[in-house]
Amino acid sequence: MTATREDATHVGSTVEPGRGMHLTLRVWRQPNPSVKGKMVTYELDDISPDMSFLEMLDVLNEHIIMEGGDPVSFDHDCREGICGMCGVMINGMAHGPEQTTTCQLHMRSFKDGDTIDIEPWRATAFPVIKDLAVDRRAFDRIIQAGGYISAPTGTAPEAHSVPVPKKDADAAFDAATCIGCGACVAACPNASSMLFTAAKVSHLGLLPQGQPERNDRVVNMVAQQDREGFGGCTNIGECSAACPKGISMETISRLNHDLLGALRAGARPKS
Amino acid sequence: MPLELFTVGDPIADTKAPMDVPIAERWSTRRFRARLVNPANRRKMTVIVVGTGLAGGSAAATLGEAGYQVKSFWYQDSPRRAHSVAAQGGINAAKNYRNDGDSVHRLFYDTVKGGDFRSRENNVHRLAEVSVNIIDQCVAQGVPFAREYGGLLDNRSFGGAQVSRTFYARGQTGQQLLYGAYQALERQMAAGNVEQHARTEMLDVIVVDGRARGIVARDLVSGEISTHFADAVVLATGGYGNVFYLSTNAKGSNATAIWRAHKRGAHFANPCYTQIHPTCIPVSGDYQSKLTLMSESLRNDGRVWVPKERGDTRDPRDIPEEDRDYYLERIYPSFGNLVPRDIASRQAKNVCDEGRGVGPNGLGVYLDFGDAIQRLGRSAVEAKYGNLFDMYNRITGENAYETPMRIYPAVHYTMGGLWVDYDLQSTIPGMFVIGEANFSDHGANRLGASALMQGLADGYFVLPNTIADYLADAPFEKIDDSHPAAAEALTGVREQIDRLLAIQGTRTPASFHRELGRLMWDLCGMERSEESLRKALDRIPEIRQEFWTNVKVSGDWSGFNQTLEHAGRVADFIELAELMCIDALHRNESCGGHFRAESQTPEGEALRDDETYAYVAAWEWTPEGAPPVLHREALEYEYVHLAQRSYK
Repeated sequence: MTATREDATHVGSTVEPGRGMHLTLRVWRQPNPSVKGKMVTYELDDISPDMSFLEMLDVLNEHIIMEGGDPVSFDHDCREGICGMCGVMINGMAHGPEQTTTCQLHMRSFKDGDTIDIEPWRATAFPVIKDLAVDRRAFDRIIQAGGYISAPTGTAPEAHSVPVPKKDADAAFDAATCIGCGACVAACPNASSMLFTAAKVSHLGLLPQGQPERNDRVVNMVAQQDREGFGGCTNIGECSAACPKGISMETISRLNHDLLGALRAGARPKS
Repeated sequence: MPLELFTVGDPIADTKAPMDVPIAERWSTRRFRARLVNPANRRKMTVIVVGTGLAGGSAAATLGEAGYQVKSFWYQDSPRRAHSVAAQGGINAAKNYRNDGDSVHRLFYDTVKGGDFRSRENNVHRLAEVSVNIIDQCVAQGVPFAREYGGLLDNRSFGGAQVSRTFYARGQTGQQLLYGAYQALERQMAAGNVEQHARTEMLDVIVVDGRARGIVARDLVSGEISTHFADAVVLATGGYGNVFYLSTNAKGSNATAIWRAHKRGAHFANPCYTQIHPTCIPVSGDYQSKLTLMSESLRNDGRVWVPKERGDTRDPRDIPEEDRDYYLERIYPSFGNLVPRDIASRQAKNVCDEGRGVGPNGLGVYLDFGDAIQRLGRSAVEAKYGNLFDMYNRITGENAYETPMRIYPAVHYTMGGLWVDYDLQSTIPGMFVIGEANFSDHGANRLGASALMQGLADGYFVLPNTIADYLADAPFEKIDDSHPAAAEALTGVREQIDRLLAIQGTRTPASFHRELGRLMWDLCGMERSEESLRKALDRIPEIRQEFWTNVKVSGDWSGFNQTLEHAGRVADFIELAELMCIDALHRNESCGGHFRAESQTPEGEALRDDETYAYVAAWEWTPEGAPPVLHREALEYEYVHLAQRSYK
């Protein structure tokens, strides 16, 4: 933290001499959705390996603001890997070279002298707002289509009235850890949202409380992801490899199983 | 206390809790006496809910289910991002599933005691009562709580309690509870009961004839500023820990909504009560943008220690038992590592002040899992805390299975907030404040796993009942932008944005924020004194002056402009910081998270002064230049006897 006013505008140069990294950044700049974007190159010195990737972008932005430019817009919030707000393509990989969120990626994963390409998520269903920030409300609309258990406040029975086998509870939890960041879509060559949808279908479908709506849930959520313009799933597995929470491909198998069962049972999506 | 810092106004009191019945009957009595709105009339009434965390999300969903027209606002892209998502440890409930002597009364007692006797008994008792309904509700929604092999819910212990009443979902309880509320909210949005305003920030409240009737908000994507009207406004905008710049809050967490409501007439209660969480990852450098918490649940199995001798720079694994000081176990034999947060934090500060701190800058203590791994095996520890160990590894590059974690306290939660009565209504009629944004339940210190409990209690079970009593008089007269109050609020917001953009000085908003945060941490942090607070109060007006003449905000008002967003929030943090210091200076006693160097026992524990300070300090804003006005709400303890807290 900068202690005095004199040095307050010089950010991030507290690295021990010789330890700072020099980086060349090539960043996607696009003022708004209606203007064509392009890659712009920036040089940065004195980057500490202990910085997070977003702190490195903070340093870049402080420089840009002081030089009278327009800082790079990027989404972020909790900066502890759980809110799902951050996410950019780093050297062509969703969230970069480690299996984590962009905010939890640290500069020790890079080398002095590296060139780093930084781009927004690319998907028709995730339109760019500005620079690296995209609109992911399509995910919320998939949830709206059925990603819930209808249990209005006050209607719940005593919590212990329905035991849940530990195995099921643990598997439901594993699927429920999805943070909705969109890396799966960005990593998928088809820009499919299947892993996201499958995580929610699995989470709720594994619990006894989720059974009554299980068939309708899966057909409606799948129909909504198609309406949003996400691509189809061809079981490539890039999604799971890029997922910061390690959501497994098994959830997609489970979704397909549920979908088939639901269709055979006569469930049809609401129009 | 010199007169110019504040003036004293009339006392203030809650008038809604039915005091003619015993405490255990007050909530049911209030629910019975509160007026109702019949289902057919609910459609005609509009409620604005700002924020979609545990409190705001659950409130908006529940009001939507009840049939009100709800308008929901949040600054992130999705309601699921709200910072409740980051809560790790758990949620308390007086279920007594362990048969270990827990009860509603014990949870009530522990919470009042943990809050160091500075909370309102009635509110805390209600919280303990509804805690059991929360667990039922969340299970019904599909929240995947941890379970035992028999299929029943598992529990663990948290600080300040000797029973196991904390329900959890691995280290991601807040995330799972939030998704439950978020899914219920999205369901109501799909049903057309809740209007959606994503990436929209509230910048003012519209008060008409003494009632909150709407808000002014900025669409953060288009930059457009517009008004939104309703019959009641609910603020669920979280705490103000980011006054300190470095905290465990999300980067976007801010005080703008509550501060601007304060400037419209909502009293701000106990702003100096901030919680410094004992187990966070230490600061690594000046570029640091936030601090990361390691769940308090780690203290169930981790043991906190520092070397006995100062300057012992050996690798922690090479330091033998006899050279280690497990200081919490030594000082507090009965609670040991599970003492409340304020105590654990201050003791960490003490051992570091003695020069026994560990890590590169000496600001850290060890949290050691060596014994737990030996006792339970590595895989059992991994099952309980795996994600936390991974997170620690990612941030520090160290493996906590092999070497002890290094931890240090960090700002985590703010117990202060807008003053509310038993109905959660602020001093502006029609404006309700829920969750961390209000001051109501935690006194001077919040116990672990109680924030999730309070957010959901307020949103699911309390507000939807109490707001009906207010709405029984609605719908109110229709208003639009042509109303003078709306026009004035709209103009005010536009003018402030124009002013920020026009300065074009030489410092970024972030540099002011950092400077303010450092000042608050040093002078109004874990320990405060008259000297430090006066120093802060000298300096803050200078920072404010410089901010308003030398800040540099790039871009313009239209379109996506994150620097402009930040600048507006920093401007409000600077003003709030001043009130925090005035509150901290006027309260010349130590209580909970507020530790005044002048007021301590011979052993260095917080020393309350109940004769003078057993009250809530509710501050009234006064326009430019005039000092704030203090309204005291006397705290009476009928059921929990005032006592010096002891965890020894």
